[in-house]
Formats: sequence, C-alpha cells, structure tokens
Amino acid sequence: MFDPKTRFLVVDDFSTTRRVVKNILKQLGYDSIEEADDGAQAYSKLQNGQYDFVISDWNMPNMDGLELLKKIRSDERLKAMPVLMVTAEAEREKVILAIQAGVSNYIMKPFTADMVKEKLDKIFEKLNK
Amino acid sequence: MNVDFVNPFLESIINVLGTMANTEARPGKPFLKVDKSAKGDVSSIIGLVGEKAKGSMAITFTEQAILHIASQMLGEVISEVNDTASDCSGEITNMVTGGAKRVLADKGYHFDMAIPSTIVGKNHTITHKTSGRIVCIPFDTHAGSFFIEVCFEE
Repeated sequence: MFDPKTRFLVVDDFSTTRRVVKNILKQLGYDSIEEADDGAQAYSKLQNGQYDFVISDWNMPNMDGLELLKKIRSDERLKAMPVLMVTAEAEREKVILAIQAGVSNYIMKPFTADMVKEKLDKIFEKLNK
Repeated sequence: MNVDFVNPFLESIINVLGTMANTEARPGKPFLKVDKSAKGDVSSIIGLVGEKAKGSMAITFTEQAILHIASQMLGEVISEVNDTASDCSGEITNMVTGGAKRVLADKGYHFDMAIPSTIVGKNHTITHKTSGRIVCIPFDTHAGSFFIEVCFEE
C-alpha cells in the first residue's frame, strides 16, 4: 500500500466520479486528495503543486486523459508519476494506446472500491520491485 | 431499428446501477415511443456515431429515482434535484454507453461516443440525433422508475 500521506490528483469532468473516487481513497486511508475538471486544469495543477499520484478519466473536454498522460510522461519533473486511468471506454485499441503512452494501470467504469484498491496495490508492487 | 442495439444498453444500466449504486433495476416491457416528451424529470442524452450506424441513447430518471441513485453513489443524502443529481445522471449515461459500446464493438459496430448533455425539469422534451424509431424500455427500482430510449439508424 502507498504511504497514507500520498498526495492524489483526481481528474474527471464529472464531479460524481471525482467524489466517488475521493470517497474510496478516504476509505482506504488517504486524506490528501485534490480534484481537477479536465486534463488542462490537471496539468496546470501538476505544474504548480505537489502530487504523488494521478487518477484520471479519459474522455474530457479541453484536454483528454491520454493527452494528459503523454504530457506527464514527457515532463522531466513529472514523468515517473503513477497514472491510473479510470474510464468508461475500454476497447482493445484504446487500452493499447494507453499502454503505449505509459499508463500505470487501467480501470473500467463502473468500478467498486475493491477494484480501485486492487489496481493501487498492483501499481505499488510494480514500483517497488 | 435493429434490436441488437437495445440489449447492450439494457444490460449495461443494470450493471452500472448494481455496481455503483447498489441498486437493482428491473426492466419492464419495451415499447415504441411516438413523441418527444420525457417520462422523467432529469434526462441525459448521448450521441454515438459509427461507420455502419449512428444514433443516440437517453436515460430519463424520475426525481425519486435519481435522488436515490445519486445518494447511493455518493454515500450522502441528495434531497433535491441540483447540479449533483444532474451530474450523476450524465455520468451514469456515460458509463452505460461505455459498457454498451464494448458489446456493440464485439458485434462489429464501432462507435465514437460524445459527452452527454443533461436536461432538468418537469415536462421537458428529448430530441434524438436521428429520425429512426425510438425504443423505450421502462425500469423500476425500489425507489422509483426511469426509462431508457434508444434510437439508431443504419
């Protein structure tokens, strides 16, 4: 499990999913959670704030999750940041695009707290091998 | 309209509400809808465009149903139809469409999905993106009813 002080940035254009993810993270013992409405706002927050982990939707206006992921991976200061994508779309082609862009893991909507925990654990294991 | 387009949405809403809101949705008998009037108080509609077909899907919730579902999803009591309930309707529509899109892709129908738009208020109308026939499926939950409208043309 990640350190309870891990600072999360939750990115989704729907406040419902941001709140659901936030509630799950709180249940899992994390308190430091901020939100962004889309990729552009998230990237701006990442430039100006201190975060350890990004959980992002894919389909969003202004800047989608894939573009955000690519920006993170090409930014010297952010490129090692774990990024979990939570999205309604999970066709094979899309999953491949996300993997090629360096996504840490991928979760399909609808999701449960257990599913989020499992993905976080997998990312943690991968980072600590 | 090809009935193959209807079932994926029906199965997807049952899955989405069961997983995200711990709410059992029971489908009733589908019927053809002949007017634009919404049967619920909060409606979200989303367009889907593909090479072989295009159309739209709408979900219209009664006030009681969306308040219950939003409360269940967020773990807090949502007692009025506000931005929270409206956002919840949009996100459910988004999730349902994502799930149906995967099943439709397996059947050879690939679609690009748009971002849903939501209408709130008594006696509003729902305008689909194509002029095809509208199949409406009523659903019942223990907290109230909602309706799915599917309208596609090949």
